[in-house]
Amino acid sequence: MLTKPEMSPESERARDVCSRHGNRPDELIEILHEVQDELGCVPEAVVPVIAKAVNLSRAEVHGVITFYHDFRREPAGRHVVKICRAESCQSMAGEALCNHAKASLRTGFGETTADGSVTLEAVYCLGNCALSPAMMVDGELHGRVDAGRFDEIIAETLSEAAQ
Amino acid sequence: MTRIFIPDDAAALSMGAGKVASAIKAEADKRGLQLEIIRNGSRGLLWLEPLVEVETAKGRVAYGPVTAKDVAALFDADFLKGGKHRLGHGLTEEIDYLKKQERLTFARCGVIDPLSIDDYIAHGGFAGLTAALKKTGADIVKAVTESGLRGRGGAGFPTGIKWKTVLDANADQKYICCNADEGDSGTFADRMLMEGDPFTLIEGMTIAGIATGATKGLIYIRSEYPHAIAKMKQAIAHAIAARWLGDNIQGSGKAFSLAVRTGAGAYICGEETSMLESLEGKRGMVRPKPPIPALEGLFGKPTVINNVLSFAAVPDILAKGAEFYKNYGMGRSRGTLPFQLAGNIRQGGLVEKAFGITLRELVEDFGGGTHSGRPARAIQVGGPLGSYVPASQFDLPMDYETFAANGAMVGHGGLVVFDDTVDMARQARFAMEFCAIESCGKCTPCRIGAVRGVEVIDRIIAGIERDKNLIVLDDLCQTMIDGSLCAMGGLTPMPVQSAVKHFPEDFDRPTAKAAE
Repeated sequence: MLTKPEMSPESERARDVCSRHGNRPDELIEILHEVQDELGCVPEAVVPVIAKAVNLSRAEVHGVITFYHDFRREPAGRHVVKICRAESCQSMAGEALCNHAKASLRTGFGETTADGSVTLEAVYCLGNCALSPAMMVDGELHGRVDAGRFDEIIAETLSEAAQ
Repeated sequence: MTRIFIPDDAAALSMGAGKVASAIKAEADKRGLQLEIIRNGSRGLLWLEPLVEVETAKGRVAYGPVTAKDVAALFDADFLKGGKHRLGHGLTEEIDYLKKQERLTFARCGVIDPLSIDDYIAHGGFAGLTAALKKTGADIVKAVTESGLRGRGGAGFPTGIKWKTVLDANADQKYICCNADEGDSGTFADRMLMEGDPFTLIEGMTIAGIATGATKGLIYIRSEYPHAIAKMKQAIAHAIAARWLGDNIQGSGKAFSLAVRTGAGAYICGEETSMLESLEGKRGMVRPKPPIPALEGLFGKPTVINNVLSFAAVPDILAKGAEFYKNYGMGRSRGTLPFQLAGNIRQGGLVEKAFGITLRELVEDFGGGTHSGRPARAIQVGGPLGSYVPASQFDLPMDYETFAANGAMVGHGGLVVFDDTVDMARQARFAMEFCAIESCGKCTPCRIGAVRGVEVIDRIIAGIERDKNLIVLDDLCQTMIDGSLCAMGGLTPMPVQSAVKHFPEDFDRPTAKAAE
């Protein structure tokens, strides 16, 4: 007799998220946001679970995940630093800030520091253009960020985590 | 009890408004003083954020930019009674930057408690919806048409005509969708309104629903705006509880429901058909038009899609009449536009003025010139797909038709100022690079044209056959303009070609190799 394979805890949580959204395919993006909030990313293993729940093909779900910049396939570092690289921040020496960030964190955009503490990401506009350059650290917005302020904010973020 | 206003607008928070609020609370407790702290939206004087206001008998007195370190000194200076301090600006309403504005859409933003319906109503809120509930759909659409309101998202399409198409369409379900995917650099007005006066958007969308017979609405907010998302969701819950949303709005028998949907970091989803796909849970691939969304929009049903500020302009039109709104502006650009002063600017912020104001007035009189103190060389107007306007054109009046005639666009009124250190060839390259990153990939001119555009500009910068490559670039731009499915590919040539046209010297600089 065939027994149903056990679902991994991750898959169960993904299935629960879908069910909270009524298994509706039009809520797929909301579902993916929530899965990522719970699991830190959208792991490959949960894609078939989500697809089955909302009655889409795996290819369709995969297509949505890969279309949007927000969704990760691997978990991020403990902190996520997003620096704006759009025009307004460019006009206020945003590229110098980007270079400083890369050098001081010793990582590149879209990468995570070797110790797993910080993921650095580029973002195109945070809506803080009157106070450029802007960045967002773990969902918190900062304006008028120069190298000095960047170092302060990062030090504060890392020390809070240590406590 | 003294009332103190400390914004919790994202821009204010980005400059430490949260810490200032805690510090003021702690200092008041320490001194045994009673005060009521209200977390308002921003007044839009963003270079003064965090701008703390104290309510006095004479009116609200402003202090800013306040840091947590200034708090004890402010108490010492008796700021709770409007006392003098070096950060003081006197009465908020008398600050030149604010006093010279014509605030219609943003009249309440920064003034009221964003989540208090009582406060909202006390400041004229829901008067438009109340008036709309007594009118027929056709009459509401007529008022919006007569006001001359045009889409504030950038394209400037007459709002009334769009609404009429949806009103006249026969369908079992119609939708109202708000495009709050404010992805353009240099814009923050949608965010400010959603955080500072969310009920205005709810009211405008509800009026649209009643006008066109749509009973469901969705607000698509970009994920980069977590504060706005949270505020809108709370405001919707409050509006439902107070029966300003739901099955029977204020006992009128009219129904309208509203929900927030979160974007996921794709710039292209600010394009209306891409947004519809995203709202349906799909990849944000642009749809060909026709069919237009007003006839076949969300889930194939007739759909009104407007920008946040278009909806937010509507309550005033219904409350005060089309004539009132129409009396502002020039030519075929009626009403006011909330201009956003951004980039390299000393006094960045939101300036709501009637159409017809010039770039120079905005950037010099309001903005106080560049932040760096150097001369302004170019202003990108209307976002990443807008032209770079040179100093010689700073005296053009902000009017859709005047700008179009000069190869530029007013768009949503976002202004990004660059000083004379800018390299316009790099900016042109960035426009193509951005298009390559954010293209949905559906049509070839945009998907491949943008990549080729970067390569061609790289060759020009490197000094390789410049004259020939400039011709190739021009040809490529023309192909993108003529052949792209939507504004992403179709307008990316605007910043590129304007940079080449107005700043040719930047495309003819000696290369590093030649300089040796």
